[in-house]
Amino acid sequence: MPAHEQFAEDLALHALGSLQGDERVALENHLEECANCRLELDQLRGDMALMALSAAGPRPPARSKQRLMSAIANEPRISARATVLPARRSWWRTATLGVTAAAALLILLLVRQDTNLIHQAQNLAQQVASLQNDSLTQQAELAKARQIVSALTSPDAQRITLVAAKNPPQPQGKAIYVRDHSSLIFLASNLPQLPAEKIYELWLIPQSGAPIAAGLFKPDSHGSATVVNPPLPAGVEAKTFVVTLEPEAGSHEAPRGTPVIAGQGE
Amino acid sequence: MASAEPHVEIKEASNDASLVSAIRAGNESAMAALYDRYSSIVYSVALRVLGDTGAAEDVLQEVFLQLWRNPGLFDSSRGSLAPWLAVITRNRSIDMLRKRRPESDIADVVVSVEPDMAGDAERSRAMEKVRGALGAMPAAQRNALEMAYFEGLSHSEIAAKTGEPLGTIKTRIRAGLLTLRKAFGT
Repeated sequence: MPAHEQFAEDLALHALGSLQGDERVALENHLEECANCRLELDQLRGDMALMALSAAGPRPPARSKQRLMSAIANEPRISARATVLPARRSWWRTATLGVTAAAALLILLLVRQDTNLIHQAQNLAQQVASLQNDSLTQQAELAKARQIVSALTSPDAQRITLVAAKNPPQPQGKAIYVRDHSSLIFLASNLPQLPAEKIYELWLIPQSGAPIAAGLFKPDSHGSATVVNPPLPAGVEAKTFVVTLEPEAGSHEAPRGTPVIAGQGE
Repeated sequence: MASAEPHVEIKEASNDASLVSAIRAGNESAMAALYDRYSSIVYSVALRVLGDTGAAEDVLQEVFLQLWRNPGLFDSSRGSLAPWLAVITRNRSIDMLRKRRPESDIADVVVSVEPDMAGDAERSRAMEKVRGALGAMPAAQRNALEMAYFEGLSHSEIAAKTGEPLGTIKTRIRAGLLTLRKAFGT
């Protein structure tokens, strides 16, 4: 499924960061709704990475590594919680600044003994404090969600598949899909090791319409793999999920390879 | 700092995901291994854009420090590390060249690309292929692509510089990127 032709050139310019003004706004609005164009944008960024290779060759001076290692030895780390959502972090910073600003305003007004304005400032401070509480609750929920995803996707996680005794382990996958949120978590186990120049690809087969690419992946040495929230169009009813064996290079717009595992929705 | 470092064995062959995972745990050896693997590509992209070894070194430091400070910026389920580093380095270098504030949040950058660039041999093969594809492009197409990519010029600026129509420049830039993609197709 190709990207929309009318946006094709703008997508390339957007990947390069040179689209501005109304054209950029129009494209960004379209990207919100169009998974195919989002995929094409990712691919164009991949093409940009290839372009970077044409510059490859020079090596940095040896002192550069020492400089980096000294710098990281003295660097504070951002906590895992703050790592997840930069946007929320900036909101939090805004809220904190808001508290400080409200407090400063309060002190100023106390000096002036303007009771009416003091009352307004107190209300403002209360509102900010309430937002602060909301933010803390959201952050706690996010931390919990991150812990779940982290356990599912960690390369260090032990993945044990329980099967009927005496059965040899078979390739299998579990897809957990929430249509309305376009959320998909896929866990696979016992997949055969990939032949050279091949890759596994997960497909969402909708109730109607063409298969939708839902992520390329390579299993680890035990045959386990995870795909978490690949870009998907909104609100698609899934009929089946299929994993196929595909050529590693080239287009991944439609399944061409052999199905490995498949399962229908409940 | 070193005494508090978690005991994670870092092998030369460790894959990117396990190195990033070790970095999340604060493992400085993993950072050193990642630097050894990718500093050359990061530095050479920054140098090509900025044309100044000191400035390129600064971008190199900034890119790796950001990854150390906030390894969650890279999401291994949404692409591999080398192309992600290449794209954010190019974008940061262009921001620096044009003396503008960073425009995009690097956590939003998703890069979908094969081939694998983790090994020297793979990178070297891919590099030859890219250079071959660029060399085979019509000169006007290659120039438009290089001006957009390495100089950070907008399509309007390229059109003004070359005297070509805007639509022609847009078409050449996209066609150039697709030519590179095709060079790696089956």
